Amino acid sequence: MPYIIDDPSNKRFMLNRETLISPAVLAQEQDKIFAKCWIYVGHSSELKNPGDFITRKVAGHPIIFSKDDQQQIHCLLNTCRHRGAVVATKPAGNARRFFCIYHGWSYKIDGSINRIPGSDAYDPSFPQEEHGLRRPPRFESYRDFWFLCFDPDAMPLADYLADAKFYIDLILDQSPSGTMEIIPGTQEYSVSANWKLMVENSVDDYHLPTTHSTWLNFMSNSGVNVHNPNKEAGQLLPTKGYAKALGNGNFTTDNINFRGRPVAHWIPLYGDEAKTEIESMYEELVERLGPERAERVANTNRNLVIFPNLVINDGSSVTIRTFAPNGPDKMDVTAWALGPVEETTSARARRLDAFLTFYGPGGFATPDDVEALELVQQGMANWRHDPWSEMSRGMNKPEDQQLNSDEHHLRIFWRHWNSLMQDEK
Amino acid sequence: MTESTHTPPLYGRAEIEDFLFHEAALLDEWKLNEWLTLLAPDARYLVPPNDVPDGDPASTLFLVADDAERIRQRVIRILDPNCHAESPPSRLRRQLSNVRILSQDAQTLTVTFNFICHRYRRHERIRQYVGKMTYQISKQGSELKIRERRVVLDSHELGSLGSVSFLL
Repeated sequence: MPYIIDDPSNKRFMLNRETLISPAVLAQEQDKIFAKCWIYVGHSSELKNPGDFITRKVAGHPIIFSKDDQQQIHCLLNTCRHRGAVVATKPAGNARRFFCIYHGWSYKIDGSINRIPGSDAYDPSFPQEEHGLRRPPRFESYRDFWFLCFDPDAMPLADYLADAKFYIDLILDQSPSGTMEIIPGTQEYSVSANWKLMVENSVDDYHLPTTHSTWLNFMSNSGVNVHNPNKEAGQLLPTKGYAKALGNGNFTTDNINFRGRPVAHWIPLYGDEAKTEIESMYEELVERLGPERAERVANTNRNLVIFPNLVINDGSSVTIRTFAPNGPDKMDVTAWALGPVEETTSARARRLDAFLTFYGPGGFATPDDVEALELVQQGMANWRHDPWSEMSRGMNKPEDQQLNSDEHHLRIFWRHWNSLMQDEK
Repeated sequence: MTESTHTPPLYGRAEIEDFLFHEAALLDEWKLNEWLTLLAPDARYLVPPNDVPDGDPASTLFLVADDAERIRQRVIRILDPNCHAESPPSRLRRQLSNVRILSQDAQTLTVTFNFICHRYRRHERIRQYVGKMTYQISKQGSELKIRERRVVLDSHELGSLGSVSFLL
């Protein structure tokens, strides 16, 4: 059976549920998706000083993300060249070198070999200096967002991001200097569901009124008007938004804001005392960017997906969320908050508070997303007897009329995923 | 000696344990509106991230950083049948131990204890939340009111714990 049935003439799109449960599909994904695409590693702001390092898993691979004495940022495979042990074991820190506890091979912060104990036991022809930590063949950044790629022949990151760069730039325009930073504190949690369900869920605005009714209640209790300003027949969403393809499997929703933005749209939830500061932030945007761009920055929301597994939610706050499969029916999720480097103490506190109203494992919305995804995964046990998921919403309309509550953007993801999975290795 | 009737009493560990056990029972039994009455008007409920357990919620991304109003809204949400993550409610069973009164004066107490909270849910493996709670408690007349409950989970990441959709 094919992975997808894409039938524009009958305006139907269906997904083979085997793609969400099969270990064989996951093994293919490791070769054809995670070894071929650009995968998010980290943000420049996480490494402040020379010698700073962070260890994390990137799509299941233990890596070291580090900064050397020349301020160069590195991405190293956290696996000893000798017998393969993980060499950096702390989650983060500042170090001069990484030392393998097994036989004592050590490496400099840039990954080059520092010392092999008892090296006189090797033949003089042994190329000691070639035994630095391996690194992914490609490691590039766009505006402080660092990505690796295991395919040496991949297109440059900037080309891969394609039209997503416009939306990343739009997000970074919230900062007067165009510079944002990861705020301390990492949310790490797992979901008993296939990783691709998180891609769908991160951008699927169709589910908002049902899955998140308690969040809408909370917003309403906090004095926020959650009613649709221009309600259209059959559209339950609080506002109108669009779904857009950005090239190479990247896509975004592009919505009119209704729930407040730290930069810069005040809602009662922020408290009266915040009004003046947010108004002055809006004025700064107008002065720097002009009225049109300022309105675009301050009053539109987006959930941006960089294929395959990076989501930037730019709404009630800015989240950086990445996730990776840990088996076909489980994923590990990591999320951070991103804020302008110039942000005042009060604005930073407001941003973090707004983040928690919706996002994260203790938020007012994310736990219900987790529940929905786990219920989908449980339902997949019937895939042999009920093999197709339905994903046709919006196919009765042209592409420029695809709403955030349609499934156009989900189809963008699945079509790209399917095309990569058809490639010969 | 007559003055002592105007001075709030010093509490011993057994009395504090009785108070904490009562709170734990209310939470396990989902009597969350009754639980709210144990809180001071300026109460806070904090779950820091595991990589910055001593962080300040104004400058660090927490898992939960509720003020008193947000706690009330959280209870409204959790008790709503449309709170899908807790409908039907998880079966919770918490064990408290190693209770210590770290400091105490006429108005306040700082108390810390270890906890294990077992959570069972439909189709889910048992989930076990292990950690340390630190409470700021104020003495209001003859009653104790919780001003701050700070929960530090031991697991480096939530990992298989998934969400904290209930009240830890």
